[in-house]
Amino acid sequence: MIRDFFRILKMDLTTGKATLLERPGRNQYLGGTGLAAMLFEEFGHLDRDWDDPEQPLIFAIGPLTGYYPLMSKTCCAFRSPYHNQYAESYAGGKSALSLRFADLDALVVVGRAERLSALCVGSRRVETRDVEYMRGFDALRTGRIVRKIFPGSGRRSILRIGPAGENLSAYACINVDTFRHFGRLGGGTVMGAKNLKAICILGDRGFDLPGGKEYSALYKDIHKQLTTTEMMAKYHGLGTAVNINPLNELKSLPWKNLQQTSSPEADNISGERFAQDTLLRNAACAGCPVGCIHVGFVREQFQANNQYLYRQVGYDYEPIFSCGGMLEVTDAPQVLRILDVIEKEGLDNMSAGVALAWATEALEKGVITLEQTVVPLAWGDAENYMRGVEMISRPPNDFYRLLAQGTLKCARVYGGEDFACVLGQEMAGYATGEVFFISEALGFRHAHLDSGGYSYDQKYEDKNVTQALDFLVSDARERIVLNCMVGCLFARGVYKDALMAQALEAVGYGALNESLASIGERVQRLRWRLRLGMGYDPLKVTIPKRYTEVTTWKGPIDPEYLDALRIGYAARIMEMGAPLPETGE
Amino acid sequence: MKALRAVRMERCIGCHSCSLACARQVHSVLSWNKSGIRISSAGGLSTGFEARLCLACKPAPCAQACPTGSLAQRRDGGVIQKKNLCIRCGECARACPVDAIFLDHQVNPYVCIHCGRCVEFCPHDCLEMEELPRTPKDKGGSDD
Repeated sequence: MIRDFFRILKMDLTTGKATLLERPGRNQYLGGTGLAAMLFEEFGHLDRDWDDPEQPLIFAIGPLTGYYPLMSKTCCAFRSPYHNQYAESYAGGKSALSLRFADLDALVVVGRAERLSALCVGSRRVETRDVEYMRGFDALRTGRIVRKIFPGSGRRSILRIGPAGENLSAYACINVDTFRHFGRLGGGTVMGAKNLKAICILGDRGFDLPGGKEYSALYKDIHKQLTTTEMMAKYHGLGTAVNINPLNELKSLPWKNLQQTSSPEADNISGERFAQDTLLRNAACAGCPVGCIHVGFVREQFQANNQYLYRQVGYDYEPIFSCGGMLEVTDAPQVLRILDVIEKEGLDNMSAGVALAWATEALEKGVITLEQTVVPLAWGDAENYMRGVEMISRPPNDFYRLLAQGTLKCARVYGGEDFACVLGQEMAGYATGEVFFISEALGFRHAHLDSGGYSYDQKYEDKNVTQALDFLVSDARERIVLNCMVGCLFARGVYKDALMAQALEAVGYGALNESLASIGERVQRLRWRLRLGMGYDPLKVTIPKRYTEVTTWKGPIDPEYLDALRIGYAARIMEMGAPLPETGE
Repeated sequence: MKALRAVRMERCIGCHSCSLACARQVHSVLSWNKSGIRISSAGGLSTGFEARLCLACKPAPCAQACPTGSLAQRRDGGVIQKKNLCIRCGECARACPVDAIFLDHQVNPYVCIHCGRCVEFCPHDCLEMEELPRTPKDKGGSDD
């Protein structure tokens, strides 16, 4: 092992001072989401809003980061501008290995820079630069400039925000190394509030390996499994976009602001179609041989006489659902053009797409007017959706200013709450049924990856509330352990208990094996405790009417089952997040 | 005599598995730059990737610049490294025309020794061990 405690760099942007901290707790919190929650408990403020300069922005990796394939993600935690509660988001790229080789288990950023700044951290470097000249620069252009000002190609990660983060949209993302993102719940907004345009993490150290042959042999074995078996073929081949056609067949593909759950047009934006027509190449996170990142291309004629430019745009299932199906844009290159604008503006693509889907239906129904939307948003009209994205990022009026804070917040003012597709945050792309709707609405990250609710819906037709809730809680707990590692959740089929135990043992963390389950439970409880401490009331979560109007492969949604799950899951969350008992004498 | 060649870099996905494998297996470290092969983008990820590795020069400028014989010329190109002879002057890295030698902060040089142990870890078959042409001097009188 590298160490049995945590090494943390705390950077205060107000004072410009960095502090290197050492903390025990590996056997209680493991790393990743556990470490982030532990650090938020120490440095966060339950009694101050998300934009208080002293609220921390935390990036944390796990004990196996860099040691094994697919242990390649970073957990980012913060108090969310979206709902003013504790939140987290995950990204890969080179962020995790850069933190590992910068010799940090976590980076904690507090304070607020006086002027727009960029931060560079490495194993032997901490530096902030005034980058006021970059104000308003899009995320891609920002990346290009940061690459020049902090050299280190191939061993650094560049995190940055676009205009949406600077303008404090509640769902601004942090772009990581061009093609990955801390997407959900407004991490980019927190950077914007801190006047932090970019972070460069230099991974410039190396570490001794454990003695003996066990580690190297195990690495080889895992690497072989991942690259020569069918285990990861789905992610490597068509990528997550492979889900479009099967979900469409299952009547579980959100379409046209969830007015439909399938469409004969879906095949035009399927993974197969993207691969055939637009796929340029694959890319990978550092330390992962799978290569699930799919980069598509679009070319545009910008002048007469055959003058073209081309753009490279990453795609996945979720962006295709939100900016394709939900907006009824059924041409792959047009979907990529919308995504390209979202990328540059620095928004969460699911939230941006779903927000525009709601606005389109609201305009169609006369709930809002053209004066508010500025452009006539209409199903399938990619050009106006591209302008809509820019207006969410750089609001020209009160309507877009509010839409940039969240679809439901906007609907509460203008009307149209019934058809706002919001489950905690703008929904993920699985209209599989009641269990998923509740899982996302009340789940910690409002992501389909909180737990396998989408899969439960597809496996079980019966409506056993207790069984479904037991599944949600225990599956989430198991995923938390992997999120403490911070392994890619695509690898959950590979890193089963026995292999995980072997992997920890081979690098000297074998003592942790006995406590993994209890760490999962401890972290699950801590995260909910933090959120409840910030005023979260799961019983107040509502499921918009649209979700009760949906038909899936199982038939119409059962509102009673949905409500029983909602109340039951809320009770479980209250129980998990209950305050710790007093430990007085 | 064989040399490692990054012959299909247009296939590279940037996973760094080769660098990690070299560091792990050849240098016994966990690292992505203390390695004989390093992967970087040619100017941002949208430009694709390039590999920085020894091109197996003969004569090798790094070996010629090495004052202690820590880097010695391989027969048909490239170098043999004897770490115990290294005085960490960094002259080898300065002499390399293609930035293939990495110096860590203690000025330890990391250079490809053409062992080929990284090849099997590349998931896209970008790397290959290639037979180097024999140099005229080594042919001797064998043509007769």
